[in-house]
Amino acid sequence: MNYQWNWGIFLSPAASGDSTYLGWMLSGLQTTVLLSLSAWLIALALGSLMGVLRTVPNKWLSGLASAYVEIFRNVPLLVQLFIWYFVLPELLPASLGDAFKQKLDPVTQQFVSAMVCLGFFTSARVCEQVRAGINSLPRGQKNAGLALGFTLPQTYRHVLLPMAFRLVVPPLTSEFLNIFKNSAVCSTIGLLELAAQGRQLVDYTAQPYESFIAVTLLYVLINVVVMTLMRHLENKTRVPGYLGGK
Amino acid sequence: MYDFDWSSIPGALPFLWDGMKISLEITVTAVIFGIVWGTLLAMLRLSPVKPLAWFAAGYVNLFRSIPLVMVLLWFFLIVPQLLRSFFNLDPNTDVRLTSAMIGFALFESAYYSEIIRAGIQSVPKGQVAAASALGMSYSQAMRLVVLPQAFRNMVPLLLTQAIVLFQDTSLVYMSALADFFGAAYKVGDRDGRLVELLLFAGVVYFLICFAASQLVRRYQKKLNAHVAH
Repeated sequence: MNYQWNWGIFLSPAASGDSTYLGWMLSGLQTTVLLSLSAWLIALALGSLMGVLRTVPNKWLSGLASAYVEIFRNVPLLVQLFIWYFVLPELLPASLGDAFKQKLDPVTQQFVSAMVCLGFFTSARVCEQVRAGINSLPRGQKNAGLALGFTLPQTYRHVLLPMAFRLVVPPLTSEFLNIFKNSAVCSTIGLLELAAQGRQLVDYTAQPYESFIAVTLLYVLINVVVMTLMRHLENKTRVPGYLGGK
Repeated sequence: MYDFDWSSIPGALPFLWDGMKISLEITVTAVIFGIVWGTLLAMLRLSPVKPLAWFAAGYVNLFRSIPLVMVLLWFFLIVPQLLRSFFNLDPNTDVRLTSAMIGFALFESAYYSEIIRAGIQSVPKGQVAAASALGMSYSQAMRLVVLPQAFRNMVPLLLTQAIVLFQDTSLVYMSALADFFGAAYKVGDRDGRLVELLLFAGVVYFLICFAASQLVRRYQKKLNAHVAH
């Protein structure tokens, strides 16, 4: 193969005129990180709520939460994304849907859809981890809380959840890593995150290998940084006396 | 309120079914190849020969830290060129399906290898010791003693991973290959009925994956009950 390597391509001015191709990469990286972090907040909040609901005695509530998990786990992420982006604005009441389609600029539309989609998709996984965390606590903890006169919500708030959240930090690390990787799917609706910038660079420069190698390395870098930070958090939150504890 | 019009679906069913066959074809090839190559990777990773173990660890960690989308983009870029230069194919031959299969197989084998490694490690050490005491070589012990037990415990996890893989095959949409999702999108786009076709695709994926995961769950229960007795 006669491939002309040209790593200098990243420093040459990009077709958009206002930046270099390196600038494109970095703006893609920024979008990927922002998207993943904001989706992660949604996932943590919704996932914790649903995880708690899955463990409550009320059959209706736990049934609702388990239906939620099944729906978000059994439909491909790509299909979910297209439904959030193409279908939902059509099904909303006309005034709301039109506001979304006409008042917001396209980039914001893409970002919001991608964020909500990733957030809901990941929340189903977070929910399962939180549920496993709560269920792994000895039954006596809940009974002791109730025997002390706590109401059920108080027992969750003061007894079960503080422990459960510390126990689920390690499994949540891998979900957190996944959200960064899954965010690449959002390039399919035209959101210019890291993978999309990589593809765009190929179209503009005809230097596919440099571009893909750079994007791949940036994803590996994200992975390493997140893993290091989470390792630190895991050490801080580890429960003494538990498996893997001090 | 949106006016639903489902009329473009019945006529498109044969086309959608062709798409589903492509999705299933990719899934089955990637599962089979992924388990075979994944088992080899797992054995390499547990092998006492350090360079082999490093190679396997590097392979698995690299693939697990890159998004599948990126892996597929790589494979749609490189594999077509390789295949064409190796087999002297006509530049117009459609190798997208082959590229997708190879990409998925190599990617999934990293995930399968982790499942299989955990499975092998869950077999008590005494089993290997007993096998060597009986005069078996390492490969005999693996083949006749360790792997059969490991696989039995792993089946539910391997199947769950296959369901995930089936969902992930929808990403070949990026290469404009008409798998089930790609076909549904094309029909919706052509008829201006994207809303209906996307919802239809979502429901079909849900029914298949939900049913499959319920079967896996039942199998898991049976397996647990069997072990308990």
